[in-house]
Formats: sequence, structure tokens, C-alpha cells
Amino acid sequence: MKDALIALSCISRKETTRIFRIWIQTLVPPVITMTLYFIIFGRLIGSQLRDIGGYNYMAFIAPGLIMMSIITNSYTNTVSSFFSAKFQRNVEELLVSPTPDWAIVLGYVSGGMVRGLCVGVLVTVVSIFFAGLSVYNLFFIVIFGLLTSFVFSLAGMINGIFAKKFDDVSIIPTFVITPLTYLGGVFYSISLLPDFWRTVSKINPIIYMVDGFRYGFLGIHDISVYGGVSILVVFAVILFGANLYLLKKGVGIRS
Amino acid sequence: MDALTIGGLTKQYRSGVQALNGISLCVKEGDFYGLLGPNGAGKTTTIGIITSLITKTSGTVKIFGIDIDDDFPAAKKLIGVVPQEYNFSIFEKVIDIVCQQAGYYGMSRAEALVSAEKYLRRLGLWDKRQVAARELSGGMKRRLMIARGLVHEPRLLILDEPTAGVDVELRRGMWDFLEKLNGDGRTIILTTHYLEEAEQLCERIAIIAHGEIVIDTGKRELLRRLDTETFVLDTRAPVHTIRPLDLVSFTIVDETTIELTMPHTLSLNTIFAHLAEHGIIVESMRNKTNRLEELFMELVEA
Ligand SMILES: Nc1ncnc2c1ncn2[C@@H]1O[C@H](COP(=O)(O)OP(=O)(O)OP(=O)(O)O)[C@@H](O)[C@H]1O
Ligand SMILES: [Mg+2]
Repeated sequence: MKDALIALSCISRKETTRIFRIWIQTLVPPVITMTLYFIIFGRLIGSQLRDIGGYNYMAFIAPGLIMMSIITNSYTNTVSSFFSAKFQRNVEELLVSPTPDWAIVLGYVSGGMVRGLCVGVLVTVVSIFFAGLSVYNLFFIVIFGLLTSFVFSLAGMINGIFAKKFDDVSIIPTFVITPLTYLGGVFYSISLLPDFWRTVSKINPIIYMVDGFRYGFLGIHDISVYGGVSILVVFAVILFGANLYLLKKGVGIRS
Repeated sequence: MDALTIGGLTKQYRSGVQALNGISLCVKEGDFYGLLGPNGAGKTTTIGIITSLITKTSGTVKIFGIDIDDDFPAAKKLIGVVPQEYNFSIFEKVIDIVCQQAGYYGMSRAEALVSAEKYLRRLGLWDKRQVAARELSGGMKRRLMIARGLVHEPRLLILDEPTAGVDVELRRGMWDFLEKLNGDGRTIILTTHYLEEAEQLCERIAIIAHGEIVIDTGKRELLRRLDTETFVLDTRAPVHTIRPLDLVSFTIVDETTIELTMPHTLSLNTIFAHLAEHGIIVESMRNKTNRLEELFMELVEA
């Protein structure tokens, strides 16, 4: 057990070093993108819109934009880091060692979380600057931030395990995650939707994350925040189990 | 004690290729064991199974008595592996690559640094420790992988063609290094295409071809199996016919070149006397091929 924890901290350290070594690729672009969102949607377009839930449009979208950065960056980091370890074959360093699968998963996931949360903090700073964001309930901000980052890092890991070529790294983010985020109530409140679409929206798990996170900042929510936490915990357990299963079966890593 | 016991190991890849057809072998603790075979024989596949990179189809593998089906992590702890192809991140620094590997085996950062320094110094890479792996030359990359394979002090070191693409001088240096490691009691298994390498280093040699072990024996016994030897002679004047001689077979390769195969029991003097008697003057003579190589070809093609 002690050996496994040392191995885990070693992977974490390697992943963290990687993020800061290539910070121009990992930390800067999301901050630029989000700043543009604030300027365009928040300031230029938002100033023409009416308030939602008592907040101006810029303040309303800020928590969702932070969440969106956490989601994409957590996911992208594990998928690209694990795929690159497969591609360069240095994943073999881990596979020949006695490191247990759970430590491999948590090691890579910790990297995704470091990147997701670092970007999250940077974007929050930008939001404070543009939207004068305040904190309503720090506990929910932290719990939703951590769980979302954990869940998407796990999902990215699964993508990394299956990925066979570079294209496979960006398919899911482009075709699944981005659309779900845009439809996940980042830019609007689902209470503005007709009944039918509001119900359909609730199939989208990202709704719960954005909504709960927004509650932490603004104190307004469309759905139950405890429901959101439960859904995240369920996803975390399922995805962690799926990762362990895939590594045990050697999918994508052992021939 | 046996460092490695393999019994009836088979591997069929998903593509359908049957890479191993039930190989069995046994490496004693302290052995320097050579696994020789032509391209595609199944050497890397065998090593892959021992180190968990490849899943076996059937058969058993035991590392110091630990069956990999029972407790693979415990078995892995005792093995260090130096793969045939580079498999480190080219963006990372030499020291980080080696220390991380130590960490994967549960060594604390402090222990890892001590051990990494020891092996990087011994392999002449200490000055390069802060350099990203992509900036190393091919020979340095190989040595980096050796340091990485040793950093957790494995009892069994497995090297898959460690001297491929390494110049003669460096190869000698590596041989010395490996002999010293083995002298300190570490068991070493090495695959190679170079018979000279196996002859120089290994006490026991197994030859593998088409996924089967064709021979597994001591080096001396292997050499003893060669009871004949072939020489090539250059003659001063053109030769058209040679009188036959008992036990010796002559072939005229071209006008001034003769090839002869003779048993060890016969003396070269007899041959020369016989040739001189028929007016054939020999100018120079050489051994046709490395003897081990001949045996190797014979066994592999059988
Ligand atoms: N991942 C794989 N998938 C399918 N077939 C494979 C795979 N790896 C190796 N093989 C096949 O298995 C056989 C044995 O290959 P292996 O790599 O074990 O040979 P080798 O003895 O190491 O050869 P070399 O001396 O060229 O390194 C070959 O026919 C090879 O094509
Ligand atoms: Mg090979």
C-alpha cells in the first residue's frame, strides 16, 4: 500500500510537471477563450439582454463559463496525456512496474484535476474582473468544482485508453462534450425553456453541474443542488469502476 | 533457486499470428542467459509476457518461484527490463525518467535519487542528467534505459537486444558493465542477434526459432556439437582438380579458391601435405564463418 501511494504521488508529480512545463498550451488558451466570451457575450451582447434571476447576463453566465473551462481542461488533460504516454510507449514504464491500476487511474486523474482546477481558478479571477462575481456558498463551489473535475478527468482517461490515433483524442470533446456544455445551461436558464425542452435538458448531466456551481456563486438554481451532487457521485463511481475494468482487461495497452 | 521458469508458454496474437508454440526454459539464479534467435522468432514476445506487456495464451511463468498468475505485482518487483525499442517520454529529463521509475517501484524520492545517481554515473550519463531525453544520442538512450531498468535493484535483469545500434567501443563497455553486474550475483537474460555477444557473455544459451526453443544448453556443450570445421584456401596457381582425401570434402569455388570441410580429429598438416603432393601451393587460409553462427543457421533452418 505504501509503495502504491509512492507510485501514485510519482505519477501525479509527473503529470503536474507536464502541465506547467507546457503552460502555454495548457493554461493560457482557456483563459484567452474565456476572456473573449466575457467580452463578446457578457459585455457586448449581454448588455442588450435583460437580467436572469435578478443578475445581469454577464454575472449569470460567469459560473457556467468557469465550469465549462473545468470540464474541457480536465478531460483534455487526461485524454491527451494518457494517449501520448501510449503513443510514446512510456506507459510501459508503469505497466512493467507493480503499480496497481487504481494508482495509475488516480495518478492521471489527479493531473486532469490540477489542470482543470488551475484553469478554473484563473477563469474565476477573470470573472471577478469582468463580472464582479461574489461567493454565495463556498462549500457548493468547492464540491461541484472538485467533483466535476474528477468526473471529467475519469471520462478523459477512458477516452485515452481507447484512443488509437490522434484524431480519437478530439472526437468526444468536439462531438459530445462541447454540444452538451452549450446545451447545459451555461448561457441560459432552463427555466426559460418550454416544458418539453426543459425535461429533455435534464437528461444532460452537465446541466446539474453548471446549475449547482452557479448556486454556489449566485444563490439561484433551477434544479436541486443535492440532486446534482448525487448525480456527480454516481458518475464518479461508475467511471472509476469502468477505468479499473478496462485497465485490468488491458484494453488498448496490452497485446 | 530458479530465477525464471517458463513452462509450455504459447502466444497467439489477436491478428492470428502464432508467436510462441509452447516454449519451456529455466534460468538459474546468477546465470547469464542468452536467448538467441532470428527476427520474428518470438524473443520480444517472451519478454513481453514476463513483464506483463503482453498477455499469454497459455502456459506458466514463475519469477523466483512466484507464479505470475498468482501474484504478478510481487513478481514484477524482482524484474528490471530494458526493452528493444525506446519507450520513454522524449520530453522528460534523464534524471526524472530514472527517478520516476524508481517511484513506480515504491522507492522514496531520496532513495531514488541515490540509486539514480549510482547507475547514471556508472553508465556515463550523470553529466546529461538535466538534458531532455530527445537530445541524447542513440547509444545514450540505450544506456538511459539500462539505468532505468536497474534503478530499483531488480534481482533479474532482462535486456532485449541492448547493443543494437551501439558502436564497437561502447558495446565492449556495456559488456564489461553487464559482466560486473552478473559478477555481483544478478541474474541476467539477454536477447541478441550477435552470436559473438552471446559467446562472449553468456554461460547458457537458448536458441529460439519460429516460436520454439531449438536448443537450450551450456555454451561449451553448444560449441562441442560442432565437430567439423570449414576453411577457405587461396592458392597461388589455378587449380582444376583435387585428389580426394578421406574424411575431407573439397570444393573448388573458383580457380584459385578452395573450400574444405574436415573433422576436428584430423590435423591441418595432413591436408597441406596432401595438397603439396599434388602441386597445390596454399597462399592464405581463413575460417569460413563464425562456428557458432554456422550451428545457429543449421539449427534455425532445421
Ligand atoms: N503486437 C503484435 N501483434 C501481432 N503480431 C505480433 C505482434 N508483435 C509481434 N508479432 C509477431 O510475432 C512474431 C514474433 O515477434 P517478436 O517480436 O517476438 O520477435 P523477435 O524474436 O523479438 O524478433 P526481433 O529479433 O526482430 O526483435 C512475429 O511474427 C511478429 O510479426
Ligand atoms: Mg524483438
